[in-house]
Amino acid sequence: MYLAESRRGTETAAPAPGTRPGRRAAVPGTVLALGAVSLVTDVSSEMVSAVLPLYVVAGLGLSPLGFGLLDGINNGVGALVRLLGGHLADRGGRGGGHKTVAAVGYGLSALCKPLLLLAHSLPLIGAVLAVDRTGKGLRTAPRDAMIALATEPRHRGRAFGVHRAMDTTGALLGPLAAFAILRATVDGYDAVFAVSGCVAVFGVLVLVLFVPSRASGDAAAAPAPAARPALRDSLALLARPTLRRLTLCAALLGLTTVSDAFLYLLLQRELALPAHLFPLLPLGTAAVFLVLALPMGVLADRIGRRRLFLAGHAALLAGYALVLLPPSGGAVPTAVLVVLLHGTFYATTDGVLAAATAGAVPPEQLGAGQALVGTGQALARFACSLAFGAAWSAWGGRTALEAAAAGLAVSAVAVTLLLRSADRAGADTGTDAGADADPSTEPRSPDPVA
Amino acid sequence: MTRTARLLTLLLAVLLLGAVGTGAVLYAADRSGERDREQAGGPEVRSGSVSLSPPDRRLVLRNLAWGPHRDELATVPADRPDGPRTASGVKCLRFHAAAGTGICLQAEHGALDDTYRAVVLDAQLHEVRRFPAAGIPTRSRVSPSGHLVAWTVFVSGDSYAGTDFSTRTTIVDTRGWAVQDNLETFTIIKDGKPYRAADVNVWGVTFADDGRFYVTVATGGRTYLAQGDLAARTLTTLHPNVECPSLSPDGTRIAYKKRVDGASPDAPWRLYVLDLRTMTENATAEQRNIDDQALWSDDATLVYSLPGDYGADLWTTPADGSGTPQPLTRSALAPAYLG
Repeated sequence: MYLAESRRGTETAAPAPGTRPGRRAAVPGTVLALGAVSLVTDVSSEMVSAVLPLYVVAGLGLSPLGFGLLDGINNGVGALVRLLGGHLADRGGRGGGHKTVAAVGYGLSALCKPLLLLAHSLPLIGAVLAVDRTGKGLRTAPRDAMIALATEPRHRGRAFGVHRAMDTTGALLGPLAAFAILRATVDGYDAVFAVSGCVAVFGVLVLVLFVPSRASGDAAAAPAPAARPALRDSLALLARPTLRRLTLCAALLGLTTVSDAFLYLLLQRELALPAHLFPLLPLGTAAVFLVLALPMGVLADRIGRRRLFLAGHAALLAGYALVLLPPSGGAVPTAVLVVLLHGTFYATTDGVLAAATAGAVPPEQLGAGQALVGTGQALARFACSLAFGAAWSAWGGRTALEAAAAGLAVSAVAVTLLLRSADRAGADTGTDAGADADPSTEPRSPDPVA
Repeated sequence: MTRTARLLTLLLAVLLLGAVGTGAVLYAADRSGERDREQAGGPEVRSGSVSLSPPDRRLVLRNLAWGPHRDELATVPADRPDGPRTASGVKCLRFHAAAGTGICLQAEHGALDDTYRAVVLDAQLHEVRRFPAAGIPTRSRVSPSGHLVAWTVFVSGDSYAGTDFSTRTTIVDTRGWAVQDNLETFTIIKDGKPYRAADVNVWGVTFADDGRFYVTVATGGRTYLAQGDLAARTLTTLHPNVECPSLSPDGTRIAYKKRVDGASPDAPWRLYVLDLRTMTENATAEQRNIDDQALWSDDATLVYSLPGDYGADLWTTPADGSGTPQPLTRSALAPAYLG
């Protein structure tokens, strides 16, 4: 078990772990504990995700058409709930607001697993899924805020890398567990939901017991906020040039990030990949993400998070190019290459963006900051899905992907210019402790200019 | 709370949750015992020999009744659909048969994921040929001659890909094993003009003969009834808002599910019948949501499944909109008439 409190800094407002002189920087216990919570929770939620289509179609004899529609709507709701979660967490302040909101979020999702045992019609299943998404939306921003608060700024890339690797491990183990249960039982969907519920409760317990409610690392450095941030203050975060630029960059690139489902379908079609290999594509992406999350996080700390975030999108662009202009040599090697690039894209962008965001907002508004950037990106990707679907209808998938690739290239150039102008203005040192964040609340990064 | 207390709490929770989880799995594993016992009032099922070319008219279905033959193909006399079922030992998720040819869509439980296959069966239910299927099976049909088989599966990624779906419909000619792997590659003629769009999804084949069939074509957020020509590789749209068509034995009408206005978005489909000569459509007396490809038991009667206590039950209703829906038999899915 990862013990957040196994370090002694917790009780004594000592500097964040890893900052003690003469000791090699480690990943704070809080991050490991949160990683364990995410791992366990992802095992639980991916168990359900893996069998839900099968359960709905083969078990209940319902239609996946309505189910897909419902899920899309729920995802949109989840993105908006995230804003609320971030704000509420900040309002709770250092006294444990983040942990409380995260616990409610994890708890809500845990509650949904046994409810699936009782829901047998599509509207009911949809309602349970909506609550599940609400829980996910609530917990995401406070969780990322806690990771950032517990970690010394110059090691945040690494910390988020560790967290995302643990999270993805859970996502890979979940389906394995679910199918093991299905094989061991007779139509054991109820057993899958029950075990998933137990695992989820275990995750909540790990959070409650082992994640400290007070972020010790910066408690000493930052003065207590004068007042609880109001909702207006959360939106006023966008007035901060660094965060505004980051949100803009994430949204701009998100607008041209084709959803995984579309990409896999196009990959399968353009390369004429054997249909039975299709389920391996997302697995491959997740595996690459898992392996590269930590090294890419460390790299982000070295060369600059925004730079790596941009490089990640270059990897994605290369993936698009490979789908559009597959080299001779067979469909499978090309698909492997695309999956490699796609996983690299996630490893270089997902946790890295959270780490970059952490440097762009004052600590007492970390929840809202994470939520703003995350929601901006999620909504942009949602818009991209709608537009991509429309373009696919009008001109065909190939043309749609060509348009997306062109858009991504243009966005990447625009983002490069945006970030460069920020550097030139001297407001941003290229790493993430931007100077337009209040220097009194955010320690300057000692890293060299990226 | 001290560290020791926290660890003890966690240990206790692990034991407790572990016990609950293990109990749930054991209960589900043990359920084979319960499910091996027939339910009181359920259909009687006996194992026996099943032929797809029986001497009398019979109904073949996927038996969902609990007991040792759950999920197996079973037959009942067509005139006594509630009578004793003869179970074949062959399990299928979806099935259809005509003229001694069967198409059985099965799941194959793998290490990482379930995979699916479409198996062509002869009249004695022996496997003739199998094809890998790219996703969860949904529709299957055999042409009246028994020469052509068709099936539709849902292709979707896992949670990383959301539950966006795409269908894949395949037609196989059992005479030379020519495979049309993806009907989306056919030329679509919409409103009299060739139509190109890559968001096209095609599902739910119903055969007229060994050259012509009808199918659902979805594009741009709408669904259409399309007539397919296997030799010309074309799909010509005929009528909007048609899903899962089913051609009457006399070839004059199509039963289908229609998305009606004002219904719940989760349950929008009602059973309609379209007259192909006049292109007029009529609602049947069935007012519940129908998510099935209906089956014609004769030129006047439709059979379809509705959710039931043991998965699904079969119901019938007159095709002309008269009468009221009647239960046909309980705990059954994927019916087809033989002989």
